[in-house]
Amino acid sequence: MADATRGDVPAMKMQAAAGGGAAARVGSAPRPAPAAGKRIEVPIKKAGSGIEDKLHTWPFLVRSEFLMSVAVIVILAVWSLTINAPLEGPANTTRTPNPSKAPWYFLGLQEMLVFFDPWYAGVVLPSLVIVGLMLIPYLDINPKGNGYYTFRERKYEILTFLLGFQILWVSFIIIGTFFRGPGWNWFWPGQVWDPHLVESLTNVDLPYLFGFRDYTASALFGLSLIVAYYVVGYALFYLWVRARPANDPWSSFPGGGKELLEAWGPVRFGITAFLFLTMIGVFVKMALRHAFNIKYIMVTPWINI
Amino acid sequence: MAKFDLQEIKRQIVESQAWQSIFRHGYEDTPRNRILMVSGNIWLHLHPSKVQRHATRLRFTWCMGGITFLLFLVTVITGIYLMFYYRPTAEYAYADMKYLEFDMPFGMLMRNMHRWAAHGMVIAVWLHMFRVFMTGSYKPPREFNWVVGVILLVLTLLLSFTGYLLPWDQLSIWAVTVGSNMARATPLLGHEGPFHEVLGVNPIYDARAFLFGGSEIGPHTLLRFYILHCIFFPLLASLFMAVHFWRIRRDGISGPL
Ligand code: HEM
Repeated sequence: MADATRGDVPAMKMQAAAGGGAAARVGSAPRPAPAAGKRIEVPIKKAGSGIEDKLHTWPFLVRSEFLMSVAVIVILAVWSLTINAPLEGPANTTRTPNPSKAPWYFLGLQEMLVFFDPWYAGVVLPSLVIVGLMLIPYLDINPKGNGYYTFRERKYEILTFLLGFQILWVSFIIIGTFFRGPGWNWFWPGQVWDPHLVESLTNVDLPYLFGFRDYTASALFGLSLIVAYYVVGYALFYLWVRARPANDPWSSFPGGGKELLEAWGPVRFGITAFLFLTMIGVFVKMALRHAFNIKYIMVTPWINI
Repeated sequence: MAKFDLQEIKRQIVESQAWQSIFRHGYEDTPRNRILMVSGNIWLHLHPSKVQRHATRLRFTWCMGGITFLLFLVTVITGIYLMFYYRPTAEYAYADMKYLEFDMPFGMLMRNMHRWAAHGMVIAVWLHMFRVFMTGSYKPPREFNWVVGVILLVLTLLLSFTGYLLPWDQLSIWAVTVGSNMARATPLLGHEGPFHEVLGVNPIYDARAFLFGGSEIGPHTLLRFYILHCIFFPLLASLFMAVHFWRIRRDGISGPL
């Protein structure tokens, strides 16, 4: 592969075809983290790659950029000529509209308020999302799929990302925008927004459901459930990764789960598992709420989860 | 009478000292000129003079990073226009919006473009992040640029959010109230958050009050958001964009090899 002529699309295909082998690309065996100070600014790919397939920026790239800019500005101008930005009545701090919705791009978080307290839905969860996003490049050590579209070589990463980004974030925005009315009740599009609609909610806390009536005991029970969720989650995640067979077509590590864990290291594994379990936790809480009307799993004087 | 010779006039202009002091090279389609066109121009110089073939393909980048940047520029320009007519005080803000809409030449158009470009930017930046993820372009050596990108994403949202308040209408104050109310639930730092007793925060001295400039949303909040929206976040975003573009320039666009 090192001296393969680097044509255009065929090279991509060859890439993909070389899928199974460890060193599909130059220096891309289970990636040793580059030593500090040794980082090369010019792409590593320069080394040893054969024929360059480059175009002049002028006119080829500048031309597409120019055309794209014109198109975007024309669309934006037509859009702005036909659709006016909203302006409602003057601000009045004594008249709260029902529902009060955050700007649409934050509606995913507002929707989370259905399932979690504000300190978690509005502060901790978004912080974790931001930190988690930033950590992606350091947690994902799959050397393949760098710089081209491939699903085959990165199935786990892509599925996880889609779960978080498309399913959680985007669909929650859609729900918050189109399906929530007064009282944050569910309204189908076109259904009349009845501000007096009362949905009888008989939410209970999970420890209560299990018969705990004593405050301390139920707090401890809830806490142990959450701890158990993470402990069991970590264990399952670890066992599952370890059980990946050698030459798993889903993985870039021919040695299977053991090799992956070795390359991953405990810190990366630990953080990945934590973020993943926390993301799945959102689904768990949603399921508990919808199926059993569970309000909190753990109730303490300070925080409820 | 001298003959009117267009070629001759053109030659005289192009060979004049004034012209040549500005344009350093000819326009004939030669490889040399193609390269000079980029390397001799400060704006185009953001690009390398040659790019990999796939980088010019729409189906690789979706052009979303570029569109995000373009929409940012649109908001800067239209935003400056709006700033001439808008006063960030509770007495005037709403009236100025009305004035802008009904009396200013192109006021409504500028306001619409500003707003829709801002929404467009939020969507474009997500799509850009999505494409960078799908091409795995955050992998070495571009990890750090992904981190810079996430910072830009947050800044884009904050820019949009702070701007949302400025019309000072019912929509804006309540959306911002709902959005910022979460701050009072910040653990430790918000007066309704868990463990707030530890630091002794209270409604007029906590995370939300810091954001609002007071215990409730009000004129102080308007001024605060105005400054954040028009000065602080745009500056910060520009700085991070500079870093973002510089890293792309150094590392090159990602691609199969
Ligand atoms: C204000 C926001 C942003 C602007 C103006 C911007 C602009 C750009 C531009 C113009 C490119 C060149 C290639 C392309 O157009 O796709 C690019 C590449 C890149 N961006 Fe952004 N970006 C922004 C936000 C982000 C975000 C949110 C992320 C990720 C979380 C990100 C990560 C990257 C990376 C890793 C590259 C290199 C891609 C490659 O080499 O293929 N950027 N950005």
